[in-house]
Amino acid sequence: MIPAAFDYVLAESAENALALLAEHGDEAKLLAGGHSLLPLMKYRLAAPGVLIDIGRLDDLSYVRDEGDELAIGALTKHREVETNSLITSQIGLLAAATAQVGDPQVRHRGTLGGALAHGDPASDLPAALIALRGSVVIDGPSGRRQVAADDFFIGFLETALAEDEMLVEIRVPKMPDAQWSFQKFNRRAQDWAIVGAAVVVNNGQCGVGLVNMDARPIRASAVETAVNAGATATEAAEQAAEGCEPSADLNAGVEYRKHLARVLTRRGLEESGR
Amino acid sequence: MSITINGNLVSHDVEPRTLLVHFIREQAELTGTNVGCDSSSCGACTIHVNGEAVKSCTMLAVQADGQEVTTIEGLADGDTLHPMQQAFHECHALQCGYCTPGMVMAAVSLLDEKPDANEAEVREGLEGNLCRCTGYHNIVKAVLQAGGTQ
Repeated sequence: MIPAAFDYVLAESAENALALLAEHGDEAKLLAGGHSLLPLMKYRLAAPGVLIDIGRLDDLSYVRDEGDELAIGALTKHREVETNSLITSQIGLLAAATAQVGDPQVRHRGTLGGALAHGDPASDLPAALIALRGSVVIDGPSGRRQVAADDFFIGFLETALAEDEMLVEIRVPKMPDAQWSFQKFNRRAQDWAIVGAAVVVNNGQCGVGLVNMDARPIRASAVETAVNAGATATEAAEQAAEGCEPSADLNAGVEYRKHLARVLTRRGLEESGR
Repeated sequence: MSITINGNLVSHDVEPRTLLVHFIREQAELTGTNVGCDSSSCGACTIHVNGEAVKSCTMLAVQADGQEVTTIEGLADGDTLHPMQQAFHECHALQCGYCTPGMVMAAVSLLDEKPDANEAEVREGLEGNLCRCTGYHNIVKAVLQAGGTQ
């Protein structure tokens, strides 16, 4: 499978990438690691006229301690997120979820920012970012803005990013003493999750993000409220599918997905010490 | 564009949509790297870019412009097989052989990152490579032998 023809431009800097986006408008897509975009292009589900390659902007690959938060450059590869000692010690849930993405070859190329900007409800990382109450930093013609994970994922493969904007950084609160769990249910080792649950409990406050339970990555708010009010894991997890509208496909129907959400959320809460 | 493949500089004009695996097979004429699923699942096309295992069906050739690529042809030192190739040979870690180049390249990268990988870690580390003959048992044995843990 070969993608439809396109023009290729190698961005020299983040500023250059933004200028190129402004120049080419909705014809253009940013190419980071390419592990979400290139498969879509090979299946001809996407056919951008111009690819702007930001994959070599090494200054957007970093992990920094910024006081209460870690700042992670958008082009940080999954392999780095998975193994970076600041991330494993301060936000272990993100490292664990990243270790579940694809396989080692995919994690050598794919980037955190690319996976988030793709906005796929079946992806592991948006759910983790939601559970961790992280945010993304977006750069564009009118400057930088920071958007909370809850406001970033707005629909199927749809995010708050405008056509002329670029995701440049991910920010996640440090929580070295948190207990967490990443539950992923799939049938084959490297598959996408049929359903997944990212769970974190920090200072008694609970965060739960669900994979593949709606058109967009979604927060299990009812579970969080119940846990924070003192409910047991079993009681709270009963509400995991509340407000979710999962789709049915070859792997699972709607009721089965809701069942999985409840089971995985319970297991996640239990593993997080609830 | 130019890629250094197994130490040799290969230069060619290509369309932007040319996949790296096709550049390797058709421009560099190195056909040891196979195309299997062509959708980043099976790992038959695994090569190293700057020393790390990647799936060359899911990379554009232009993304490797100026980089160092190693394919299965670049592992052996003359007539002396790479220790991983030797271990695959001794453990009979192949049946039809189609997955073998990708399996070997993934296994070399795995041991680079985790030299003392145990059996569970080898199985997990090779999750991106499928063997349609299901010959996993001897493949895992070979990787453990190459790593010196068995």
